[in-house]
Amino acid sequence: MDFISILSIFVLACFVGYYVVWSVTPALHTPLMSVTNAISSVIIVGALISAAAAGHPAAKWLGLAAVALASVNIFGGFAVTERMLAMYKKKERPAPKASAEGDKA
Amino acid sequence: MSVPAETGIYIPPAAMPPAEVTHAVSPWVALAYLVAGVCFILALRGLSSPASSRRGNRFGMVGMTIALVTTLVTHQLASLPEILVAIAIGGGIGFIIARRILMTAMPQLVAAFHSLVGLAAVLVGSAAYLNPGAFGIADAMGHVLTESRVEMGLGVAIGAITFSGSVIAFLKLNGNMSGAPITLPMRHAINFLILAVILGLIAYFTAASDAPAIFATVTALSFLIGFLLIIPIGGADMPVVISMLNSYSGWAAAAMGFTLHNTAMIITGALVGSSGAILSYIMCKAMNRGFISVIAGGFGADSSGGAAAAKADRPWKRGSAEDAAFLLKEANQVIIIPGYGMAVAQAQHVLREMGDLLKEAGVTVKYAIHPVAGRMPGHMNVLLAEANVPYDEVFELEDINNEFAQTDVAFVIGANDVVNPAAKDDPGSPIYGMPVFDVGKAKTIFFIKRTMGGVGYAGVDNDVFYMDQTMMLLGDAKKMVEEINKAL
Repeated sequence: MDFISILSIFVLACFVGYYVVWSVTPALHTPLMSVTNAISSVIIVGALISAAAAGHPAAKWLGLAAVALASVNIFGGFAVTERMLAMYKKKERPAPKASAEGDKA
Repeated sequence: MSVPAETGIYIPPAAMPPAEVTHAVSPWVALAYLVAGVCFILALRGLSSPASSRRGNRFGMVGMTIALVTTLVTHQLASLPEILVAIAIGGGIGFIIARRILMTAMPQLVAAFHSLVGLAAVLVGSAAYLNPGAFGIADAMGHVLTESRVEMGLGVAIGAITFSGSVIAFLKLNGNMSGAPITLPMRHAINFLILAVILGLIAYFTAASDAPAIFATVTALSFLIGFLLIIPIGGADMPVVISMLNSYSGWAAAAMGFTLHNTAMIITGALVGSSGAILSYIMCKAMNRGFISVIAGGFGADSSGGAAAAKADRPWKRGSAEDAAFLLKEANQVIIIPGYGMAVAQAQHVLREMGDLLKEAGVTVKYAIHPVAGRMPGHMNVLLAEANVPYDEVFELEDINNEFAQTDVAFVIGANDVVNPAAKDDPGSPIYGMPVFDVGKAKTIFFIKRTMGGVGYAGVDNDVFYMDQTMMLLGDAKKMVEEINKAL
């Protein structure tokens, strides 16, 4: 790919990011940070390439170290986001409390 | 060329196999990375509401899996076992941390994760520098292509800044290091000088020489500047810092994407970069401070003396848990304003119990959250969600601020500056212009605070303490709420 194609993708993706992120509800800003954290670890692709390449041992070990670091982020980031998102619930209370709310209304 | 024309998928000519590039990317591989990038966009899109958010997170996982598998399948693997071990070790550590971490420790965790992205970017950049052939960016002599050097230099520099800055942010948030700003003399001049040297060296690296010494110096100076940039920034400005580092980690990934000509990395980097930038903007706006002033640091370091002296002689009322319980039960509407103090005291669960008891007594309970409450964007929302507070009882500043006049009790727990009327009335105050909750309009205010001695982060006294309708509840937030619950 030539530089201009890559730059076009980058610039358009910045605009997509701008509009998508403004639509994120403020209540989910913490999960937003943890999930962006997880996806920015897509840098693992570069780490895998250098870890997989034969011929240069130092580059290979740097790559393997980067693979391990990025994996912490990928697994940790998605798992902690999932854990947080599972906690966001609507007003649906277990039975006894729900009836208390019913009385009030 | 292997994609039929009628699918309408455009493949840039340079991606076609007979190009001169060492590692020509097959259209199918480029397509797979593109799909991964689209999955990441959908992951963020899902966060527009809590209902769709979990599906969004799954899209993120799918995208990551596609990117990983594509990379593993399309490269000659000289060392698959080692790679799998590295993924297993890293993934295992990450998974255990994610399961065990306390929700109150989320800001530290996110800072730590940012540092890992930064360090990984530095390592990948270094590996690409040492072995450019593997990435298809080597010239005939085995040196890094000139056009790749600038991206590589920038990527490594941003990665290094992200790493050392995040480490400092982590230490401050985790309490290993004082949250107070550490201001060095001449720091602005020093920082500018170092940044200029880094940029100059990257230019030299690109144009003239790819000597290892220059690459190493750029990396080392970038580590240093990341450290220097974050130490003068105080604890409560951390929401901005974390967002900014979030943004940097994205730009680092994007720069690496440019180096490696990888669409998934470029799309993701742009998404994460703009996400962090927007969050920084929202946080700065919520404090009515310029981004530059936050980043320059030193806030709250020098303004506490006068305020502390002025407040000693003003009368205030001390309330008890029983008083609070009585008035809360009698109220029609109670608005609870949590702040960082609630997180420190781990009071979110007892607070929710209090809310439940009040609701059973027929009181309307609402939670009001300031954008900069806590130590990261959305920090309070996560804690309340953890305590099972339904998200439709939690309101943003602008949605609830005009309700205080019809509210019987404003219940401030662990917040301070975000309810300070000086932000409205006192043009000389350091927080003047910051949007704050109009708690003064409520009939009664309960203010949970550990002692009367401490002032908020901005180091300014708070007139709310001395209002006629204010009762100070002095003590640990969690114990105080427990006592209120007993009395209810």
